[in-house]
Amino acid sequence: MSTPTTLFDKVWRAHEIHRSESGQSLLWIDRHFVHEGSFHAFNKLGERQLSVARPDLTFGIADHYVPTLARDLEGVADPKVRSMIEQLSDNTQRHGVTLFGLNDPRQGIVHVLGPEQGLTQPGLVMVCGDSHTATHGAFGSIAFGIGASEVAHVLATQTLWQTKPKVMRITIDGQLASGITAKDIALTWIARLGADGARGYAIEYAGEAIRALSMEARLTLCNLSIEGGGRCGMIAPDQTTFDYLRDRPWSPKGEAFGQACTYWETLYSDPDASFDLEVTLHADGIAPTVTWGVSPEEALPIDQALPDPEHISDPAKARQARDSMEYMGLSAGQKLTDIKIDRVFIGSCTNARIEDLRAAASILAGHKSRVPGMVSPGSTLVKTQAEAEGLDRIFIDAGLEWRHSGCSMCVGMNGDMVASGERCASTTNRNFKGRQGPGARTHLMSPAMVAAAAIRGQLTDIRTLSSQANTTGAN
Amino acid sequence: MQPLTVLEALGCALPAANVDTDQLIPARFMKEPRSVGYGQFLLYDVRHNEQGTPDPEFILHRPGASEAEVLVSRRNFGAGSSREAAVYALVDYGFRCVIAPSFGDIFASNAVNNGLLPAVVEDDDAERLLAALGDHPAEIQVDLVEQRIRVAEVDVQFTVSPVWRTKLLNGWDDIDMTRQHAETITRFAKDYIQKFSWAAPQLPETNIISKG
Repeated sequence: MSTPTTLFDKVWRAHEIHRSESGQSLLWIDRHFVHEGSFHAFNKLGERQLSVARPDLTFGIADHYVPTLARDLEGVADPKVRSMIEQLSDNTQRHGVTLFGLNDPRQGIVHVLGPEQGLTQPGLVMVCGDSHTATHGAFGSIAFGIGASEVAHVLATQTLWQTKPKVMRITIDGQLASGITAKDIALTWIARLGADGARGYAIEYAGEAIRALSMEARLTLCNLSIEGGGRCGMIAPDQTTFDYLRDRPWSPKGEAFGQACTYWETLYSDPDASFDLEVTLHADGIAPTVTWGVSPEEALPIDQALPDPEHISDPAKARQARDSMEYMGLSAGQKLTDIKIDRVFIGSCTNARIEDLRAAASILAGHKSRVPGMVSPGSTLVKTQAEAEGLDRIFIDAGLEWRHSGCSMCVGMNGDMVASGERCASTTNRNFKGRQGPGARTHLMSPAMVAAAAIRGQLTDIRTLSSQANTTGAN
Repeated sequence: MQPLTVLEALGCALPAANVDTDQLIPARFMKEPRSVGYGQFLLYDVRHNEQGTPDPEFILHRPGASEAEVLVSRRNFGAGSSREAAVYALVDYGFRCVIAPSFGDIFASNAVNNGLLPAVVEDDDAERLLAALGDHPAEIQVDLVEQRIRVAEVDVQFTVSPVWRTKLLNGWDDIDMTRQHAETITRFAKDYIQKFSWAAPQLPETNIISKG
C-alpha cells in the first residue's frame, strides 16, 4: 500500500521536475494563459532576447481591456486602452501563440473561456497572470495566479519554481437550501476564516454539497479561493466534470478521452490522506450572503445588521470595521436590507456563466430594475447562448444594458466604471476600495441576489422576494 | 538584481490592514509602460483627493518620505490582484522592504522577484514598529542576515522563507537559475507527454460550440 495522498499532492508530484536543496520545486506547466496585462512579461522576454519555449501550451485571451459596447477596436476612445489590446495581438503573433482576440467568436474572460473551450482539464498545472486563475481548479487541476516576472519565466521555460503549500480541506456537509449558491458558500467561509484565512494553503473543497454543484458553480467557488488568501482551490473530478468536458473543442477526442478519464478517475484524496487543516461547514447554516465592507471577509447573511465597532473586542477589527463603514457610507447596526443601491453589475469571471445569467434572468423576468446597470456575459459564446434562450430580452426589458463580454466593471480597466460615491450590487469578486472605480462602493453577492436588489432598488433577501412574488404575483 | 543585506534607511508607517494591490496601484494606471516610473502611482487614490490634490497629512507626503526605503503596515498587505505593478509602484518609489504581519501570497512572490523584501513580523511587533515610527519618516534598520528590525529602542525579529532570503541576499534571478536545468526539463517534458499523452492540447476541428 502506498501512503494515502491528497488530490493536490497527486497532481503536484506528477509535475515536479526537480527539487532544490532548499526545498523549492521546479514544476512543469501544462497551460499558460496570457492577457493584455502580460505585456510587462513579453517586454522582459524581449529585453533578454528569449523566445516563448512552448507556444503550443500558451494561449492569449483579450479580456481585461476589451470594450463591451462594441467589438470595434477603432471605437475605443482611449489610445492607451487600444494599445493594450494591440500589444497582445502583436506579442502572440510574434511568438506563434494562439489568440482568442477581440473579434474572435470564442473570445471571453480567460477563466470562463478556458473551461468552455476544454483547455482546462483535470490533473493539469495551469497558470495565468491573474489571481482568479484558481477558478480552473474546479476541474481538479492545480491552477494559480502569478506575477509578471513569473509569467516571463513560464514563457521562457514552461516551468515555474514553487514552494509546496500546505493543504487544507473545506468540507460542506449536507444539502444547500434552494437559492443558496456557490457564491454564498465562498463568502461564508471567507467571513468565517478571514481574507487571509487560507494564506499559505492550497484548498480542496469536498463534501456532499460540493458534489452536488454544477461545473459552473464549482468554478465560482474555486474562483473565490484567492479572496480567502488561498492561492488555489480544487475539487476532485467526477462524472459532472467528465460530462462537461466531453466534446469540448480542445478536449481529448475519441480513445484519448477514454484514456484521460481512466486517469482522471484516480484524482481524488485517498480516504486516509491527511490535511494540514480541516474546516467543516454545514450547508444548512449557509444563507444568502452579501458583503458590507471593503474586504470580502466583511460579509454577512442578508437578514443581519452591520456590526457595531463599539462591541468588537479586538481593537484592530473594530478599527477596520469603522474604516470600512466610513468608506461605504454605512453606519453601525444598520440592517443590510435597508441599504439602497445606485447600480447593478452582472458579470466577471466569478459569476457570468450561462447558469448565472439564467439565475438572474429568472428573478428579473417581468420586472423592471429600479436602478441602472449592465450585464456583461462571461464569454461571447455565453452571450450567444443567452440570446438563443431569450435572456438578453429579459435584461433589456428590465432596463439593463446588454453588453459584450469582458472583465468590464469588475475592474474598470476598459472604462466601465462605477462613479465615485455610487453603490453597486455586483456579482464580482472584490469589494476593495476603488476596485470598480475611484470612490465606488461595492456589495458582492450572487447573480440572483443582484437581480433581487435591482427590482427593489436596495439589498434584498431573495427568500422574501420570492415569497412576496408568490403571494402578490408581481412586484 | 541588486543584493540586499542590511538596510539603514528611513521607514514609513502605514497603519492600515488589508492594503490590497488595487489600493497600491489603481488599475487605470497599469497601461503605462514601466519606463514612465510607477512610483508616482503608488497608493494614488489613498493619498490624493478626487481632484488629484495630494493629502499633506499622508505619510508619503511628509518631509523625507521620498527618501524612504522601508514601509511598515498591518496584516494581509498586498492581498488581491496578482498585478506585479503593485510591486513596481513600491520599488519605483524607492522602497526595498515592506514589513507586515502577513502578505498576499502572489504579492510576496512578485516582491522577491523585484528585490523587494516582504518581512513578516508578529502582530504585536508590527504595532510596536508602527508606534516607534510615528507619523513621520524615521530611521529604521532592516538586517536580512540576522533577520532583525530596529527602530529606536524597538528591536524585533522577522521571518522570510529561506529560499527567498537566499535569492534576495544574492540578487539572483530565476530565469538564470532555471536555465541551468535545461536538460532535465527537456527530458521531463518528453517523459511527461508519453505518460499523459492527452494533456497536449488537441487542436479543435471546429472552433465554434454552443454548449449550455
